[in-house]
Amino acid sequence: MERTAVLEQFDVMRVRKDFPILTRTVNGKPLVYLDNGATTQKPQQVIDAIVNYYTQMNSNVHRGVHHLSQLATDAFEVTRHKLQPFIHAAHEHEIILTKGTTESINLVANCYGKAFVHAGDEIIISAMEHHSNIVPWQIMCEERGALLKVVPINDAGELDMDAYRSMLSDRTRLVAMTYVSNALGTINPVNEIIALAHAAGAPVLLDAAQAVQHLTIDVQALDVDFLAFSGHKMYGPTGVGVLYGKEKWLNAMPPYQSGGEMIKEVTFAKTTYNELPFKFEAGTPNIEAGICLAHAIDYLMDIGLDNIARYEHELLDYATQRLLRIPGLRIIGTAKEKSSVVSFLLEGAHPYDVGVILDKLGIAVRTGHHCTQPLMDRYGIPGTVRASIALYNTREDIDALVAGVERAASMLI
Amino acid sequence: MTINEIQDELIDDFAFFDDWMAKYEYIIQLGKELPLIDQQYKKDEYLIKGCQSKVWLHADHQDGKVLFTADSDAIITKGLVALMVKVLSGHTAEEIAGSDLYFIDQIGLKEHLSPTRANGLLAMVKQMKMYAVALHRASLS
Repeated sequence: MERTAVLEQFDVMRVRKDFPILTRTVNGKPLVYLDNGATTQKPQQVIDAIVNYYTQMNSNVHRGVHHLSQLATDAFEVTRHKLQPFIHAAHEHEIILTKGTTESINLVANCYGKAFVHAGDEIIISAMEHHSNIVPWQIMCEERGALLKVVPINDAGELDMDAYRSMLSDRTRLVAMTYVSNALGTINPVNEIIALAHAAGAPVLLDAAQAVQHLTIDVQALDVDFLAFSGHKMYGPTGVGVLYGKEKWLNAMPPYQSGGEMIKEVTFAKTTYNELPFKFEAGTPNIEAGICLAHAIDYLMDIGLDNIARYEHELLDYATQRLLRIPGLRIIGTAKEKSSVVSFLLEGAHPYDVGVILDKLGIAVRTGHHCTQPLMDRYGIPGTVRASIALYNTREDIDALVAGVERAASMLI
Repeated sequence: MTINEIQDELIDDFAFFDDWMAKYEYIIQLGKELPLIDQQYKKDEYLIKGCQSKVWLHADHQDGKVLFTADSDAIITKGLVALMVKVLSGHTAEEIAGSDLYFIDQIGLKEHLSPTRANGLLAMVKQMKMYAVALHRASLS
């Protein structure tokens, strides 16, 4: 499709009107927000829902018989109800509401580990994982006497699938990989990753924190076993996230936050717990965030993830082409399949310095190692400057970024 | 000059800059001019690890005064490090440990001392004071 056709089909100026924060200035300059991989801004619809929650229904959920509690409980469950078609889950009770991606991954590392991982078993991750998809597995492997294996990547930032194939064996208990790399933007070949793991008898967890706001996800078509993501990176509130798990796994896992010590002393087959999904939702949840996530899902569904993906991809191509014209600029992460992240380095300038200058120009980017230190070590760099694109970004934002980087280069080099 | 006199002089210097560009160009210049730390001190032992940029700091005790040398891998951080060295180096341990570094705020660089630890600067100030105290104690014993 022609670029202009895509851009016309998607009315970004109308979308921008939904995000009040985009009209503010930073350091006297119009805000150019390109740190969407860290968190996205919120549309008025989500902000209104937060106000409405506290002004109309604040109450604890799943507890009281009174009217407000019923309202809050219903609204909270609406989110789960909307999440099911959003990720095409087979059952609503396969959707666990957590604090975020990190908690979702910790839950699986903890509970799946207890149930299924033993000394000598192996867990496979990749070299491009976020710390939150490394450390929980390291801790679990240490506790269980298991071995953590890391699939290497090539210079472009793509998984070495041959190495992956050779690592899979009957000792593999789980494969945990990111769907989209937060630092490089690489979209991993998840269908192949899952099919190969299943052929070796191992389930797969996908870290979809950087995928769910950019791509349509169908957990049944993927046949993925676990999927983790956060609300705040998909235009929703902070403090809520999702763990999707296949019913068979969730039922076979012990609870997360209740009596782990005790569970060790009973055999798994004889232990019974609360039904799904509540078995994994101990304590009062973040009710406000849980309820308001539904409005972010509505927002994404109304625009359509396919439209978003097409638009963002055009913008990514535009950003890549324009940035590459800057002398001394090197893009880190040049995979064939990429999603809305441009990580780069300016020769002779530290990413931190570039970030400071861009901030002065009202441009928000992320600099540093992006919580992927092993990945930065793989490239032998201290970090990168990362511009991450969302549905409300424009070509003008990219132009401002390019001009800002050029300004930084003239000051720093 | 006392620590506060140096701070006041810096505040006056920075008052001349009417926009952020000029201010940062000056900081970058300071960073480029900061005498490099002796290579033997540019190792992990002397490293203050920020989340993003690194700072190396070394302290010496001479004639009752503490002398600092420092370096950073990021040029803006290095410029800020140069400012700290300018203010604190060459004073007694007691003066350093008890100093209040108000100039950072007054010249509009407070964000660099925020507890995000992105640049290791806040940790550096703490470390400078700790060095001073430690050197002072060592000299008494």
